[in-house]
Amino acid sequence: MDTAPGTLRKTPLNAVHRELSAKMVAFGGWDMPVEYSGLISEHMAVRQAAGLFDVSHMGEFTLEGPGALSFLQRVTCNDAAKLTVGQAQYTALPLPNGAPADDVILYRKGESSYLMVVNASNTEKDLAWLRSQEPRDCELADRSDAYALLALQGPRAQEILQGLTSIDLPQVRYYHFAEGTVAGAPATVARTGYTGEDGFEIFVGPDAAADVWRAISAAGAERGLKPAGLGARDTLRLEAKMCLYGNDMDETTTLIEAGLGWIVSLADGKDFPGRPVLESQKQAGASRKLVGFEMVGRGIARHGYPALMGEQAVGAVTSGTYAPYLQKNIGLVYLPAVRSAVGTEFDVDIRGRRVPARVVPTPFYKRAK
Amino acid sequence: MYPDDRRYTKDHEWVQLAGDRATVGITDYAQKQLGDVVYVELPEVGRALKAHEPFGTVESVKAVSELFSPLTGEVVEVNAGLPGAPEGINADPHGGAWMIRLKLADPAEAEGLMDAAAYTALVAAEEK
Repeated sequence: MDTAPGTLRKTPLNAVHRELSAKMVAFGGWDMPVEYSGLISEHMAVRQAAGLFDVSHMGEFTLEGPGALSFLQRVTCNDAAKLTVGQAQYTALPLPNGAPADDVILYRKGESSYLMVVNASNTEKDLAWLRSQEPRDCELADRSDAYALLALQGPRAQEILQGLTSIDLPQVRYYHFAEGTVAGAPATVARTGYTGEDGFEIFVGPDAAADVWRAISAAGAERGLKPAGLGARDTLRLEAKMCLYGNDMDETTTLIEAGLGWIVSLADGKDFPGRPVLESQKQAGASRKLVGFEMVGRGIARHGYPALMGEQAVGAVTSGTYAPYLQKNIGLVYLPAVRSAVGTEFDVDIRGRRVPARVVPTPFYKRAK
Repeated sequence: MYPDDRRYTKDHEWVQLAGDRATVGITDYAQKQLGDVVYVELPEVGRALKAHEPFGTVESVKAVSELFSPLTGEVVEVNAGLPGAPEGINADPHGGAWMIRLKLADPAEAEGLMDAAAYTALVAAEEK
């Protein structure tokens, strides 16, 4: 995955990150900020005030034309027919084995016009997969270079953004979006995010990105806003038990195993790859299940560490971290479904040392409404 | 900026010598590379260590890093307060967040380690 720095792609905000002396890392082929002032303080800012993230590395596809909805009903697993114009939906691109090629957010921008936001590292794969599914009577285009994407997340996100935007934000409900301006630039503002907090994802043209970033930073400075990097993004999403593609799910884990049955629609008209597998797992249950755990003993579980019951390796940790808000060591693990109930005890093999852990309810963190 | 009252390793640890005793910790550069430290595991008193042998781990939210004994000797003291307050490694890496004290097998072995000027040059090269 690591490539020489010279070959990494840069978002339109790369120079801004460097001005802020961010610690930069290679992520999915991109040169991205992992932290600015420190991961824990950034994480806490998002929980208690607000954080501003550059997520411009995400890919964006547009799908336009009279055949768009019927194509989406064939390639995504959630029911795209339920989307009204101005609404967004969490969904996935299932493969014939019931595993996702990717998890995506779908935005209905017009009667027959959709925007799909995909994981950065999957952009090319997703585009090839979608083309192989033969869109008919609609145009599929990779528009990733046409968008910068900023995420403003946290309990004070709305008051920070409201002074900068033409959009009446309280009118924008969760998983809805509106078009308008932010800091004078044309923008699409969605009430979505990957942190477990209220907040917005803001699509702007690449040339406007730096000005919009600076305007939000200035408006947020007195309200506790901090720039936040991919490090905090990962710990925030894990506290909220949001799956990370490539860690918690991939082309070998079905959507039901990953706990994403709620985005698998068996409605009439849904005819997507893997439907038979997912339908039977939805009814009969999958043999393994992604569950949340807390470490009982001292130690931090990390991606790939084995889960042991007795002498038997029964699964593997997919994500694990110190959780800054909860001040606990938490993670996600695939366990046999019959041994995955809340309270189940197992050990994590931490570099040769067995450390006790226990299955707990998820999400680990849920914000007060 | 690196204190010249001690020596340094290429693994970004410092060693402060007093006779046949050596106090060991990680450098300011090392803690900055790690980020917020949330876990540290130190050895038992009495453990015999060879130079370059792992003696513990330090973990930030994002990364796991092994600690290597800079010299050969026996652990005669560990900083017992550190595992309960690992954030001290970020706050005071060259002072309060020392990790272990060794009774050295051969104090002359320390002459192979870098002085502050050589270590400062190493860090400057890595930061490029």
